[in-house]
Amino acid sequence: MSLYSKQVLKHFKSPQNVGKIKNPDALGKVGNLTCGDVMYLYLKIGKNKKGKEIIKDVKFETFGCTVAIANTSLLTTMVKGKTLEQAQKITKDDLVKKFKNVPLIKVHCSLLAIDALSEAIYGYYKKQGREISPELKARHEKAEKIGKEIKHRHSSLVELEEELHEGHS
Amino acid sequence: MKRVYLDYAATTPVDPRVAKRMLPFILEKFGNTMSLHSFGQEAKTVLEESRDKVASLINAKPNEIIFTSSATESNNTALKGCALSLPKGKDAKHIIISSIEHPCVVESAKWLKKQGFEITKLAVDKYGMVNPEDVKKVIKPETILVSVIHASNEIGTIQKIAEIGKICRERNVYFHTDASQSFGKIPIDVKSMNIDLLTASSHKIYGPKGAGLLYIREGTKLIPLLHGGGQEKGLRGSTVNVPAIVGFAKAAELCKKDMTKEAKRLNKLGNKLVKGLLKIQGSHINGSPKSYLPNIINARFDFVEGESLVMQLDFKGIACSTGSACSSTSLEPSHVLLATGLKPQEAHGSLRISLGRFTKQSDIDYLLKVLPDIVKNLRKISPFKNSYKF
Repeated sequence: MSLYSKQVLKHFKSPQNVGKIKNPDALGKVGNLTCGDVMYLYLKIGKNKKGKEIIKDVKFETFGCTVAIANTSLLTTMVKGKTLEQAQKITKDDLVKKFKNVPLIKVHCSLLAIDALSEAIYGYYKKQGREISPELKARHEKAEKIGKEIKHRHSSLVELEEELHEGHS
Repeated sequence: MKRVYLDYAATTPVDPRVAKRMLPFILEKFGNTMSLHSFGQEAKTVLEESRDKVASLINAKPNEIIFTSSATESNNTALKGCALSLPKGKDAKHIIISSIEHPCVVESAKWLKKQGFEITKLAVDKYGMVNPEDVKKVIKPETILVSVIHASNEIGTIQKIAEIGKICRERNVYFHTDASQSFGKIPIDVKSMNIDLLTASSHKIYGPKGAGLLYIREGTKLIPLLHGGGQEKGLRGSTVNVPAIVGFAKAAELCKKDMTKEAKRLNKLGNKLVKGLLKIQGSHINGSPKSYLPNIINARFDFVEGESLVMQLDFKGIACSTGSACSSTSLEPSHVLLATGLKPQEAHGSLRISLGRFTKQSDIDYLLKVLPDIVKNLRKISPFKNSYKF
């Protein structure tokens, strides 16, 4: 007996694409206000045969609950090899549907994974000086607002992490 | 798969001796305590015997005990019943609670606030202790009730109840304590501790669910939540749940018999557990190192989220709970841990391990065997762990 569906537990037990990418082409860092989850999504961008930009590699790191971890893992498996346009079309409902049954209170965690992806793509386009769709821009603004709050809440952890990093380098 | 239950603070299994004692009152002696015939009187007699037994555990008189359905009901009755009886007149509407109460006390106080009562919350120190001096400072002529949890259900910290009780008694203020976690586990004396109202629960001490008690010191003004047929001195209408109460009393009797020995045993196991937990790098124990219940241990692990930890332990057959809240019912970090000064992410990373009567050394060993790897794996996923060598 478990609170979560088989599909959620599968990804939670053996999350796919965990870790970071060195010198990523895109990085999405998001946090969720409500439950304090934090998620980093790294992308390596390449081109397919038709010359369209695709997600060549993807990795993630998540501080969060079962659904948050499972969601990011699921999303990474769904976007790998997809064009950036295709990847942007994935919604939180797609994730929820794949997981069959997500407790209502946890649905927002699915949004967090989508936000991380949007943020990564937004940052990538911006870096390249490309045009950004109003929809992506709106998503970015919302994620940024929530992120500010999270940074405040997790500041001690981020500081500790930076401190330790310095200690080792 | 091996299954290890380490969530006794959530609920306990019914002791087989308790179940055996209850059975005749489900099958044959099923009478209604209010009935005049022999079936009813049989039930009435055992109800009063049960009252004697639970009363003796806290040095109360049997007529100072009412049985309820749960600790939640007892706490609701204590707070609302006392407040709405307006013991000091209609202008005295001030209530004091601690900042680490169980949600049923917090929510009752919130509701009373909406009804026009003034609520003051007492801060706690980093160990979760209320300073009795603070109680002195916030009591005023309008104060009618102070409610402080005896032992925290999350971190196990035991409050200086006797001192707080004395302060309240001297100032003519009712004092209530929620003893759901401590009743039957550590000695309680309502007389020497100056307690006016005390809540206890059956299912935390190997009794069945569906029974609780409220100790009401003689002379304490209280109005009932449930109006009905005059049961429990008119303070709690409802046909009396005799089987559950018989079980509760038997459970209390068993706890009383072995209290010192069992506390010692659990303390020993708990100490071993704490020692083992602290061997995991980046681990911390929440709560008080001095004044704590022997069976509740609350720990946290840097960079790891509590709910994930609970789920991973569940995969290994180990049942614990999170002080964090990304549980299924609430997303907010634990108000108890936040009150002790923990940051939200630290509170989110906490794990409550609670031991009990059927916990063995091998259970602790098993937990300590699987936990380090689980923590390690979750840290691998965490974005905060980089360059921390585990």
